[in-house]
Amino acid sequence: METAFDNSAIAGSAREFLTFTLGREEYGIDILKVQEIRGYDAVTHIANTPEFIRGVINLRGHIVPIVDLRIRFGLSEPRYDAFTVVIILNIGTRIVGIVVDSVSDVMTLRAEQIRPAPEFSSTLGTEYLLGLGALEDRMVILVDIACLLEGPEMGLSNPETAIQSEVATA
Amino acid sequence: MKTILAVDDSPSIRQLVTHTLKDAGYAVIEAANGVEGLAKAKGSQVQLVLTDQNMPQMDGMTMIKNIRGLVQHRSTPILVLTTETSDAMKAQGKAAGATGWLVKPFDPVKLVAVVQKLIG
Amino acid sequence: MAKNLSQFHQLFFDEARDHLAAMERLLLDLDPAAPDAEELNAIFRAAHSVKGGAATFGFADIAAFTHKLENILDGIRKGERQLRSEMIDVFLASGDALLGLVEHHQHGSEAGAERIAALGAQLDALTNGDAGMPPRPGEQAAESAPLEDESFGLFEATTDPAAEDDSFGLFEATAYPAAEDDSFGLFEPTEAAPGRAFAHSGIAGEVDDSFGLFDTPSEASPPQPLPGADGVPAAVSPGSARAPVNAAEEAAQARAPRRKTGGENDNSIRVGIEKVDLLINLVGELVITQSMLAQGMAALDASAHENLLNSMTQLMRNTRDLQEATMSMRMIPMNAVFSRFQRLVRDLSAKLGKKVDLRISGEQTELDKTLVEKLADPLTHLVRNSIDHGIETAERRLAQGKSETGLVRLHACHQGGAIVIEVSDDGAGLNRERILAKAAERGIPVDANASDAQVWDLIFAPGFSTAAEVTDVSGRGVGMDVVKRNIQSLGGRVEIRSEAGQGTRITIRLPLTLAILDGMSVAVGEEVFVLPLAAISESMQPQQGALRTIGGHDEVVEVRGAYLPVVKLHQVLNIPARSHGVQDSILVLLDDGKRRIALSVDALIGQQQFVIKSLETNFRRTEGFSGATILGDGRVAFILDTDALVQHATRH
Repeated sequence: METAFDNSAIAGSAREFLTFTLGREEYGIDILKVQEIRGYDAVTHIANTPEFIRGVINLRGHIVPIVDLRIRFGLSEPRYDAFTVVIILNIGTRIVGIVVDSVSDVMTLRAEQIRPAPEFSSTLGTEYLLGLGALEDRMVILVDIACLLEGPEMGLSNPETAIQSEVATA
Repeated sequence: MKTILAVDDSPSIRQLVTHTLKDAGYAVIEAANGVEGLAKAKGSQVQLVLTDQNMPQMDGMTMIKNIRGLVQHRSTPILVLTTETSDAMKAQGKAAGATGWLVKPFDPVKLVAVVQKLIG
Repeated sequence: MAKNLSQFHQLFFDEARDHLAAMERLLLDLDPAAPDAEELNAIFRAAHSVKGGAATFGFADIAAFTHKLENILDGIRKGERQLRSEMIDVFLASGDALLGLVEHHQHGSEAGAERIAALGAQLDALTNGDAGMPPRPGEQAAESAPLEDESFGLFEATTDPAAEDDSFGLFEATAYPAAEDDSFGLFEPTEAAPGRAFAHSGIAGEVDDSFGLFDTPSEASPPQPLPGADGVPAAVSPGSARAPVNAAEEAAQARAPRRKTGGENDNSIRVGIEKVDLLINLVGELVITQSMLAQGMAALDASAHENLLNSMTQLMRNTRDLQEATMSMRMIPMNAVFSRFQRLVRDLSAKLGKKVDLRISGEQTELDKTLVEKLADPLTHLVRNSIDHGIETAERRLAQGKSETGLVRLHACHQGGAIVIEVSDDGAGLNRERILAKAAERGIPVDANASDAQVWDLIFAPGFSTAAEVTDVSGRGVGMDVVKRNIQSLGGRVEIRSEAGQGTRITIRLPLTLAILDGMSVAVGEEVFVLPLAAISESMQPQQGALRTIGGHDEVVEVRGAYLPVVKLHQVLNIPARSHGVQDSILVLLDDGKRRIALSVDALIGQQQFVIKSLETNFRRTEGFSGATILGDGRVAFILDTDALVQHATRH
């Protein structure tokens, strides 16, 4: 495999990304997957689940799981206060919330501004990266958030559906 | 706008007939059986009646006989939309007072052509 | 202009299914010796409607096959053919085959071409094999070309036969001021009709005419048959039985509005279940908002806010009524699943050479649609079991002084907030020795002094089958364990009662709906959990001295002479508790129908109805929880899977 950069995945002229920070790194996800951004509040803990699964919230009648990406990737110390941000995402038919340090902005990247991610081992497997976005002096790590959250190690879906999505993304 | 009364117990066929005729610029009133068809023929200004034969509660022929008994519908064209084209059916249809018949499956183009010939 | 008909296909498929279901129901009701004329008519109409729709929407295979079926049915309803019970079998199989074709067109499943061909041949044989009943004129030709859309209208016979224009008949007709002229009799003299029938019967039969125009009747004519019409019935049916049949037909039609056959939808609308569920969800939200308001207002001074509090009470009543009304929209009668069993019993008893009657009662009892659908498989399994293993052969029954025909009963009724469904038979009953032997063979430990109820429960053990050999009827790879699991997954329970020689009764108890749970909320540490009320037998503060330990740490509690294992909920869930030890906690006794445990929690909060939310919609199945709900303060609480808790306790 020459590159993890999948041109077809981000073909077309320009795409919009919501950027957020985890520790000192800046990440970007497809804006079309973002439903809303809200504070961290009233999370019900789920017994016997990994620490990064914070629990579930009632989002207007929907039971939505909340995943703390800071804990998942060990990139910063989790703090839960009035400034903690949850990004509510639409992944396929599911709604999932992710906790991040802060949301930066929405940036538009044209295809030529997206570079292939180098092949190296990182907490975030290269298979979940769309590439690296370069805008002036910023480098934004573009994540295929659907792929990441549906991946088996997140444990967000029933085992059999996780396997299915693995096959689908293979 | 000319109004057509479409009587059929099958919602899908009714929908198809209505869709076809509306596309051709007619107003359509629907009825699901003979009893309903007769009631609507009595109460509405319809220029043409298109009816199925086999229906629950009141079949097409019985309905046609009854519609023909209404003063305002003595000469209203009535078409039987039917799968049955036996001569017996035709004789029955004629006896009941139908103007003509059209075989199911019907060709929408032909349906419109027939209707246009009858009421313009 | 080719019309895109696919937009109407869904409607046609739904309709065809309805008609085929109605046809099956009617066929099963039919008494071959004395068929009800109205029912015969309704059966014919069902087939006829399927054919009409199929032909219109371009499903030639369905139309062609239904045409064969319709032909015979038409003959029977007109009294030209004698109905025989083996015909009903063929008709039923034909209905199945047609359903297969509908499936095929809708979902691309296997069409079953061989079965269709074989049944088609059987239908042909039935059509042709009626000695003494001449086939209807044109029947043969019609079958060879049932769907031919050749149209040479009424008038073509008398004009140029070479003209192939589809619209020919019409143009010809309207060339004369036909529709306007009351008295015109120019087209097709009526006397010509019989002659035409002969002329065409050999070529394209009766389906040659795509459309045509009759001459309009004279004003006075409507009810009077035209002279030519006299000859027509003679050509159709030379039999003298026609008149009485006609009378019966008319009588049937007069009765039709009172007793609707297959037309229950007259006063209903078809709504997608997702719309109903959306509404139920929204009402659930409203209930939560309302209870949040009520909670917020509880602190208000009642005398100063009397009006507001009264309005609040009214709102509470309104929302509760609204919730009940919306929930009832999901309710459908059990008949939806019971109705399929007449067919199953008929087929199965024939196959096994047994005589079995099925008696159904309480079929109007309503239950949540989802539950009804999910009950179909378990009930099918139980009914199959009854016929296969329960009901004895006719000889054996006679030898035991029973009536030759076995009886299987399906019964449903409401009991409190639950529905009870019973499948019972008057067969041989369960065999204690055989079950014990089998259990020993499978290595399932059993107390030799086990009660009958305990022994019967063994048949729910995974892999257990009471049949000496796995027959192709009951042995389909699913056992009673699957039945029990399915029922449990719906929040229900299964009980068996059996008496040797008298029969077996299996009782299923289910909540009325999957959407609402009667529950008890309990507190553990800072968290709140919900227990299904149905699983709670009682709750208590442990008495001084009632707690004992086994092996140093496993605690048991003595409740009226029985020792129950104590399960500490905070320990199972790995969360901190408020109470210091079991002595200080509240014990909730849970009962899964077989075993009992005492669950220790910090406090009982209250009993209420909870709107059940699936965890799997956005998350996944989670061990220990059967779902989630939203509390009055808007927070999520988990509903505990009590069966898992009981199993957890008895495993350790």
